[in-house]
Amino acid sequence: MEILESGLGPMLQPPDLDAFREWNRSKPKALLDKRMSEREAIQRFVQDGDYLGTELYGSVRAPMSLVRELIRQGRKGLRVAGQSVLEIDLLLGASMVTATDFTYIGLELYGVSNVLRREVEGGNLQQVVEWSNAGLAWRFKAAAMGVPFLPMRSMLGTDTFNYSAAKVVECPFTGKPIGLVPALILDVGLIHVHRADKHGNAQIDGISGFAYEMSRACRRLILSAEEIVDTDVIRAAPDRTIIPYYLVDAVVEAPFGSHPGEMCYLYERDEPGIKEWVEASKTPEGTRQYLDRYVYGPADHAAYLEVIGQTRLTELQAMVPGRGG
Amino acid sequence: MSEPGYKPTELLICSAARLMTDNTTVFVGTGIPMLAAALAQKMHAPSLMTIFEFGGTGAILDDLPIAVGGRRTFHRALAAAGICDVIEAAQRGCVEYGFLGGAQIDPFGNLNSTVIGDHDHPKVRLPGSGGANDVGSQCWRTIAIMRHGTQRFVPKVDFLTTPGYLDGPGAREAAGLPAGTGPYRVVTDLAILGYHPESRRMMLVATQPGVSVEQVEENTGFELAPAETVEQAAPPTPEELRLLRDEIDRDRLYI
Repeated sequence: MEILESGLGPMLQPPDLDAFREWNRSKPKALLDKRMSEREAIQRFVQDGDYLGTELYGSVRAPMSLVRELIRQGRKGLRVAGQSVLEIDLLLGASMVTATDFTYIGLELYGVSNVLRREVEGGNLQQVVEWSNAGLAWRFKAAAMGVPFLPMRSMLGTDTFNYSAAKVVECPFTGKPIGLVPALILDVGLIHVHRADKHGNAQIDGISGFAYEMSRACRRLILSAEEIVDTDVIRAAPDRTIIPYYLVDAVVEAPFGSHPGEMCYLYERDEPGIKEWVEASKTPEGTRQYLDRYVYGPADHAAYLEVIGQTRLTELQAMVPGRGG
Repeated sequence: MSEPGYKPTELLICSAARLMTDNTTVFVGTGIPMLAAALAQKMHAPSLMTIFEFGGTGAILDDLPIAVGGRRTFHRALAAAGICDVIEAAQRGCVEYGFLGGAQIDPFGNLNSTVIGDHDHPKVRLPGSGGANDVGSQCWRTIAIMRHGTQRFVPKVDFLTTPGYLDGPGAREAAGLPAGTGPYRVVTDLAILGYHPESRRMMLVATQPGVSVEQVEENTGFELAPAETVEQAAPPTPEELRLLRDEIDRDRLYI
């Protein structure tokens, strides 16, 4: 295949499929009890300089309790897959990210991310490699398939391509130009789900985002779940399992783990809570105060939920259609 | 110009809604496109099939989605899948319309939502492509929704995030983008614009109510391709405004 064009961006995480196979071979296949706290999971499985990914994103089924614990413990020089609203925003607010394969970091209807602007424009976040949303998802899909790249027809002809690490080749079958995105194998992934058993068999209600692809593209995978269920619940409906246990290293029980984001059918997004971050993140001082109050202050997720208060949490549950009074 | 009785946002929504036809598929983001899709469903396109980026297909838009992955994007939907499923559907040619926005647009409909200034040392870091590049690459016809102004309608975008016609006729196909795809309309508070079938440059299709051709030209930072006829767009009807205000955005999240 002739390479017609190469993106100029650095390859932040070169794919090594054979090493990934060896790694996956070495992971335990026994049905172990992997339950642990956020603290233990982050301590054991996230290291300085790791390449990290989160799923789904920001205000929706996001692993917020794990992200808050990661900030509490602190890690240096993280590289991240940049598809995010609140979760990577918090990591940026704590200046923990030095490089990103980027597709979207923003505040949706509240606009541009304040901390992203400060970190990039101020030079803290130096390496920003651009991708389209599907480009990044297909990078996970390639890793999930165990192949080094996938062909795609996005990103072609644009600066998004020029500032990526993708390539354009002449297709060996049609002779036309086709884009190639490299597999992206994460050092560690954080995913929040509706329910999982103690071994890590996990089910998600509603849209699955890119959980299927990303969970299969991780060397280490930390799951948080709204509810830990008996394995019989999984076995009663195995067609619902999106993440099988052997991908998973840790299972953390985290009710309201996506707060202030939503969890479909369980609780709605906490709009004032999200706006509080939007406002606070406008200044470095506000950002610091927010992190002190909601991240560094509470010792763990249970303490965080106490800060939010049971009244508010019950309100968010009651706002779900069909669950209100 | 006398007080028109509707806001610029309401005008944008109504103009975009009228461009959608029934029994077609449309890729929808949050904000104005979603309101436009909801309005089209209630007016002339009850079977307009909405598709959201993270997997919601065929939702009933009773409640306005706030996030593109939120539960309202698959409220009573036909399918709740994932990002690969819906963008791969677009890559196979299943999605007719896609909506786009951005900080800058150029004469060929290329859009910038990544940076103002230099990429590595930007003046302003914007949220990035997200699904925009995929929508602009894969959908048959894309509709950009923008506020009009010379800072937004520029001769050359600082960063080409999402492909329009790139640098002119044939450029999309030469780059490997799917044949027959590309920008279709630009909806602004001053005009509806399209693209010249040969030069692929932006041209006027219609001016918004009370707006002159000169006003559009003054607010566009490049020369528009000559148009044979320029229509006057009809203002939002009382029924459109009623639906928008009393049913679609009751909580005034956007309008």
